[in-house]
Amino acid sequence: MDVVLLSRLQFALTVMFHYLFPPLTIGIGVVLVYLEGMYLRTRDPLYHSAAKFWTRIFALNFALGVATGIVMEFEFGTNWAVYSRFVGDVFGSALAAEGIFAFFLESGFLAVLVFGWNRVGPKMHFFSTVMVSLGSIFSSVWIVVANSWQQTPAGHHLVQMMRDGQPWFVNGEPVMRAEILDFWSLVFNPSTVHRLVHVWIGSFILGSFFIMSISAWYLLKRRHEEFAKRSFAGALTLGTVASLAAIVSGHFQAMNVYDTQPAKLAAFEAHYESGPGDLSLFGIPNDETQSVDFNLAVPGGLSFLVHESFDEPVLGLDAFRPDHRPPVAIPFFSYRVMIGLGTGFIVITLLASFLLWRGRLFDTRWLLWVFVFAVLGAVAANQMGWVAAEVGRQPWIVHPPMVVDPDGAPARDADGFVLYQSVDASLADGTERTMIAGLRTTDGVSEAVAADQVLISIIMFGLIYLLLFVLWLFVLDRKIKAGPEPPGDVPPTDRGLLEAAGALAGSVDSLTGSKGA
Amino acid sequence: MDLHVIWFGLLGALLAGYAVLDGFDLGVGILHPLAKTDEERRIFVNAIGPLWDGNEVWLVTFGGALFAMFPEAYATVFSGFYLAFMLLLFGLIFRAVSLEFRGKIHSPRWRRFWDWSFFASSTVATVIFGVAVGNAIKGIPLDERGVYTGGFFDLLQPYPVLIGLLAVAVFAMHGSMFLHLKTEGEVNERLGPWLWHTWGVFLVLYLLATMYTLIAIPRATANLERAPWLAAVMVVNVIAIANIPRAIFRGRYGQAFLSSTATIVCMVLLFGMALFPNLVTASNDPALSWTIVNAASSEKTMKIGLLIVAIGMPFILAYTSVIYWTFRGKVVLDEHAY
Repeated sequence: MDVVLLSRLQFALTVMFHYLFPPLTIGIGVVLVYLEGMYLRTRDPLYHSAAKFWTRIFALNFALGVATGIVMEFEFGTNWAVYSRFVGDVFGSALAAEGIFAFFLESGFLAVLVFGWNRVGPKMHFFSTVMVSLGSIFSSVWIVVANSWQQTPAGHHLVQMMRDGQPWFVNGEPVMRAEILDFWSLVFNPSTVHRLVHVWIGSFILGSFFIMSISAWYLLKRRHEEFAKRSFAGALTLGTVASLAAIVSGHFQAMNVYDTQPAKLAAFEAHYESGPGDLSLFGIPNDETQSVDFNLAVPGGLSFLVHESFDEPVLGLDAFRPDHRPPVAIPFFSYRVMIGLGTGFIVITLLASFLLWRGRLFDTRWLLWVFVFAVLGAVAANQMGWVAAEVGRQPWIVHPPMVVDPDGAPARDADGFVLYQSVDASLADGTERTMIAGLRTTDGVSEAVAADQVLISIIMFGLIYLLLFVLWLFVLDRKIKAGPEPPGDVPPTDRGLLEAAGALAGSVDSLTGSKGA
Repeated sequence: MDLHVIWFGLLGALLAGYAVLDGFDLGVGILHPLAKTDEERRIFVNAIGPLWDGNEVWLVTFGGALFAMFPEAYATVFSGFYLAFMLLLFGLIFRAVSLEFRGKIHSPRWRRFWDWSFFASSTVATVIFGVAVGNAIKGIPLDERGVYTGGFFDLLQPYPVLIGLLAVAVFAMHGSMFLHLKTEGEVNERLGPWLWHTWGVFLVLYLLATMYTLIAIPRATANLERAPWLAAVMVVNVIAIANIPRAIFRGRYGQAFLSSTATIVCMVLLFGMALFPNLVTASNDPALSWTIVNAASSEKTMKIGLLIVAIGMPFILAYTSVIYWTFRGKVVLDEHAY
């Protein structure tokens, strides 16, 4: 196998495993803020014991998120060195900002959140919870900014690298890279806001479904019922709103994809031929015949979603050069799985909300069983969304922006294909070459790394992550079976962090709390 | 001042922050086998429990800043040290989950496994950090594009391995002093002699590494000849190392810990002096080296980065201090501990 495919597989494996945890952290973090805030307002000990229980689960997820997240930062350099050289000036800033603005915040205050219950008062603890939650949200901002820039680059230009004050050539070829022009255009590139909102909604869905799953299981087993009812009802509100919001945000995001990466939307919809588009509900894309087998489709549905008219033409894959077309099958299926699941979330959350209103939800055992397992769907929907987005970006690792006519329509090249932006660079011998203003995935991989090295690391990651996954489930299962502590035993103190720290006698000078000299 | 030099200094500061802070918790991992009972092991683990995660962020931010400010150096080192860095990642993963999983099940076998994993992963990670630093000082072969041309085993030559061992020794020393401050009673008494042992081993390796560097790597001292006042760092380093036994002998353990902190900071400074102005030294042809100029991002990116640091750093220092202050004092095993 070649090193590009192996590196892609490794990145996919490690990022998909990692992405089990951040949306849980973001989703549950918001719930923790709510629970502790309600406790401070009402002083109802049930909120306190609920916050403690979910904090334990949150801490476990957080630790796994940290352990698997550092891998991602390394892999840009280890496996995608050429990509890193090309984008570092732009993409690196977003990553560094994530470290400085987000990671320190969440990791620092996590200490107080998890270990500080007896060391600080409830208000300071609440403040720490808010900071951890904010930190995880900031983190999502910067990483989505970075990824969105790969999809819809903006705020930069491509220039030839200099070396010792001279334009740099290797084997007669100029060495090109992206350099920043406008930081805020990078941050608010054309897809950032749409994608960020969708990522947050996905996180709220996963966090709320995770809580509903555990709560539903308690209700079915008739354990911790008061706790479970309150957790379920709270999470259901969040889950219902988020599920409804997902479809709205998804629609606007798809419009945005059509405006900026129409080849990707064509792959999502297996829309091979430009022209009025049907909306396929089910089918199997066939690259040979350039059509969808066993197609069950809404005639004109795609045209309607894109243009609000059933017969307007939609760009198909045939509008792009053959070597600019993404693969179809994976984006098509993952996109459909995501939307299908999202529709399912709306159905079950609305039904559950209705039954809750009628006072019958907690006696509807079959629906509670559905919710015990629905969290798996929420995980799958989050993962499939990313698979569709990232595979649909191919064959580019940095997608080139399109050239648009003055009237906003995509410009075409001499052969009638959609035209991507390009730059002119001069070669060492003085001739000019036009290069597309993006980077192909096949060109992004490390030069210094051989396929057998990547194969070794994939096998190791596979084994280690399998072990972690099994242990995570095992420990999670134990924590869930142990359940929340009965409410009560609430510390009466209400002091600030410094005050609480100051009350711990006997410590002088150093950071480590030595008794000093 | 030149932006490139400022960023070289800031990366040094991030690396020093990482080495000082994660240094003691890696050291606790290296010394973990010294704990005899389950309670003692829990005390060891909980001494760093609330802190290790925040400490590791210094490494993550160092990596992010290197990527952003000197992408060519980041890409060359990370892809060139591929298998070594994969091993480092496995080490960091196992460390994190050992701490998290260890206390979750009350089974001796379960805990023995994670105790062993905590020790092994901490040691492996530390050795790799040292080997990476050693190779950076010594230089590695690069091609015309600045890509590493050697293999995995070329990284394991005597000098980098010696620096790897030195890293283990210095973190073990630093960790023993941290643990001594955080413990009381029997385990604290047992740690007493280890303050001396780890200091002794460190001293021997430090002298060996210094001699090896002076004899075999002329480039490492070139900056010293150009700017003799930099010798002040060496003087401070020697004073800090010499003050450690003095402070231990007088029972001033906090001062001993500060001295080992100063020792680590000085060693990072010496590392920076050995490198400057290179980030990655090409051993085959000095002209192929990645310097702070030719490996750098654009000036605009460096300025944006400075702004981010200027906004973020005061906050980071403020709440890091507050959090360390909150968790000061001897380890208390309550129901929220690991």
